[in-house]
Amino acid sequence: MISEQLVDLSRLQFAATALYHFLFVPLTLGMVWILLIMESVYVMTGNVIWKDMTRFWGKLFGINFALGVTTGITLEFQFGTNWAYYSHYVGDIFGAPLAIEGLMAFFLESTFIGLFFFGWERLSRTQHLMVTMLMAVGTNLSALWILIANGWMQNPVGATFSYQTMRMEMVDFWTIVFNPIAQAKFVHTVSAGYVTGAMFVLSISSWYLLRGRNVEFAKRSFRVASAFGLASVASVIVLGDESGYTVGEAQQTKMAAIEAMWETEPAPASFTLVAWPNQAQMRNDWSLEIPWVMGLIGTRSVSKVIPGIREIKAKNRVRIESGMVALAALDALRLHRDDAAALQTFERTKADLGFGLLLKRYVVDVRQATPAMVDQAVEDTIPRVFPLFWSFRVMVGLGCAMLALFALAMLSTLRSNGTHKRWLLRWALWMLPVPWISCELGWIVAEYGRQPWTIYGVLPTHLSVSTLSVGSLYGSLAGFLAFYTALLVVELFLMVKFARQGPGSLGTGRYDSEPATGSVPA
Amino acid sequence: MFDYPTLKIIWWLLIGVLLIGFAIMDGHDMGVGTLLPFVGRTDNERRVVINTIGPHWDGNQVWFITGGGAIFAAWPIVYATAFSGFYWAMLAVLWALFFRPVGFDYRSKIHDPRWRSTWDWALFVGGSVPPLIFGVAFGNLLQGVPFQFDANMVSTYTGSFWQLLNPFALLVGVVSSAMVTLQGGVYLAHRTEDEIQRRAIAAALGAGAVMVLGFVVAGLWLRFGGIDGYVIASSIDHATVSDPLAKTVARDAAGWWLNYRSQPVLWALPALGIGGALLAMALAFGRRTGWAFVASSLAIVGVIATAGAAMFPFVMPSSSMPNASLTVWDSVSSRMTLELMFWTTLVFMPLIVFYTGWAYRVMRGKVTLSQIEAAEHTAY
Repeated sequence: MISEQLVDLSRLQFAATALYHFLFVPLTLGMVWILLIMESVYVMTGNVIWKDMTRFWGKLFGINFALGVTTGITLEFQFGTNWAYYSHYVGDIFGAPLAIEGLMAFFLESTFIGLFFFGWERLSRTQHLMVTMLMAVGTNLSALWILIANGWMQNPVGATFSYQTMRMEMVDFWTIVFNPIAQAKFVHTVSAGYVTGAMFVLSISSWYLLRGRNVEFAKRSFRVASAFGLASVASVIVLGDESGYTVGEAQQTKMAAIEAMWETEPAPASFTLVAWPNQAQMRNDWSLEIPWVMGLIGTRSVSKVIPGIREIKAKNRVRIESGMVALAALDALRLHRDDAAALQTFERTKADLGFGLLLKRYVVDVRQATPAMVDQAVEDTIPRVFPLFWSFRVMVGLGCAMLALFALAMLSTLRSNGTHKRWLLRWALWMLPVPWISCELGWIVAEYGRQPWTIYGVLPTHLSVSTLSVGSLYGSLAGFLAFYTALLVVELFLMVKFARQGPGSLGTGRYDSEPATGSVPA
Repeated sequence: MFDYPTLKIIWWLLIGVLLIGFAIMDGHDMGVGTLLPFVGRTDNERRVVINTIGPHWDGNQVWFITGGGAIFAAWPIVYATAFSGFYWAMLAVLWALFFRPVGFDYRSKIHDPRWRSTWDWALFVGGSVPPLIFGVAFGNLLQGVPFQFDANMVSTYTGSFWQLLNPFALLVGVVSSAMVTLQGGVYLAHRTEDEIQRRAIAAALGAGAVMVLGFVVAGLWLRFGGIDGYVIASSIDHATVSDPLAKTVARDAAGWWLNYRSQPVLWALPALGIGGALLAMALAFGRRTGWAFVASSLAIVGVIATAGAAMFPFVMPSSSMPNASLTVWDSVSSRMTLELMFWTTLVFMPLIVFYTGWAYRVMRGKVTLSQIEAAEHTAY
């Protein structure tokens, strides 16, 4: 039996390193387009302030990008180091988008980011603009392939299990690419990144404006950020994850948990605005509901029914029982590959194989499973409702606050020609951490909500880990903690230092707070 | 388009190409990192050294990421078994790699000499530790690694981290480090001038000598030092689906020499490794630094291909359960995935080589002290 502690520590390490990585990714995703917009204006108008904007915001982008690269390598390693059985079981499908990401996107992004920083003197204006554009395209293509891989974990289409190789194998690549969950996730995630980039520029520009520093520079940056931010935040909300809600069972289970929908309601279901979910008794201790709204958002119709948690559990129980049959047939097949009766049984039940595997948490030989174990496995199929319910609501609430801010910033830009109300500037400054909080909450909803599976309905998280000692996990976790804390301190130190110094750090002689020249140590 | 056995061979070659590409491209960055504290004595000299690879290290590092991704996609069970088995070795590589992106980008952003010196040593660690560990890992592959599978194909590694650091593996680690240092040395010689160039050439000559000597000794050790190779003792169907437990494997003292006996043309590979390194040294000594880089790149091709050809069709032999050894024939992805990834690689690899070449062309020429002094706020 796999130790619960090993599983928990492996999950903790993956969650911590992935959430940490995503402190840097969204800013990169958004900033590349903001840099491209600024540089395009420079190339079109020839006004050097736009070049300085590109270079200064590019400098901050670079400080962030370095840690994005650093922490991204961890994730590629970690499937192999800590999730070996997962890697074997689904590598035939999951490895492909990761490799394609490298070939198609990451090379592009990483090669041209070098020229973005070093090519200013060596390239013509148009050439450099092209370099920036390729860097931006590479960055976003990168996100596309990663989210195709992640989308497949949520909704594993286009693949089937092979009893000869004991793993999932690809059947249809294009189904995997055009997986509706993956496409919805891509749009939602990159838009969230764009919002993060816009908020970063808006907040720091507001700080300069509040201080009356670099006003021309900050005014223009504010304008770009408010327009780009408003478009992006609208895209996050309108084209958000909800477009993928009704597709596939993983999303149905997740949605029921997010909404704390214990019972199936007649359509259209009401929307629970706030509640205190009580998972043990399968009810909400108290709640505030708005009739009809949930059905409309969730199904885009007034007649489709959204299944509640009780109904989902009942369906899952049937699948677990069928999965037990599939596993017994698989064992027979592994012993005698030509056992025709076993093959027939297996083919009939193999769609539920993953549900049978859920029992392996409690018993090695699933045929020995007791009714109590089956009950427990049924309970496991529902993720923890309380954290999902609230993570989702905080995320959405913060999204609405950002929508309001960007709308007002845009309005102020249009009406005032660059002189903004101080309360707006202060609000923009204090909103700086908000997009990061929303992004992290979004990932918690997406991945915590997928539990108990790594691949929904196919492979339980519990079975996915590498055979490692608990001591190794404590050791590596401590190492990551130490490295990541130190790196974050250094990154924030540099980020704050250069943000405070402002465009003067470019040493062009055109801005406040120019660094003293000639003080370079030999 | 291709049948399954052909695709399996193609992928063995492609993984080889990616590893060689990694060793040539990221290898010269790592060699430069290894030499940084020694070749650059003053702050500005070190900045010259760093800026020779400043625009390129990030793109070059993707050879490593893509190599990892390609192994995941084409040989998933190899990826799973090797990365989890070599847990602490992989973490050491990973943590050493942490120092590079931040080292490059952050080092010159603060003037304090202690800050800069700390990052210089961090870049040294980031450049020197990964090639050493990769060499040690290869040395262990040649001896077989203690791992096994249960009936559900769950892999378990039964060795310890310290066991990886045996004398033969350490020797291969030294060869790998020296190879990368030679590569970094000739690259640096090509992109710098005067004093820095002289030191880089001296380092390249030393590293080249260690590499050639170590390579020859490792070869003799493998032949006469009592390290067994592995051979497939049963029949194996090249066209069937992957099941590493379906064959029988035996140890054989001459196991790693059988391919060379049956195909004597393979001796060209070690000859290329040794000849390329000696040629690179001679060319570097004669200040023909561009050609020296070509020669040392060929040496890398020769050395990696020598080991690959010796082990073929084995990829990761198991010392504790030889039948579980992972080979080119039974550790691969489905035919569909191999074919899809083959075409993807065929389309994108030439593009990558093209735009990487363009990036080097844009940034060509010597990096000089006066350039670096003028680019106080823009260069690394």
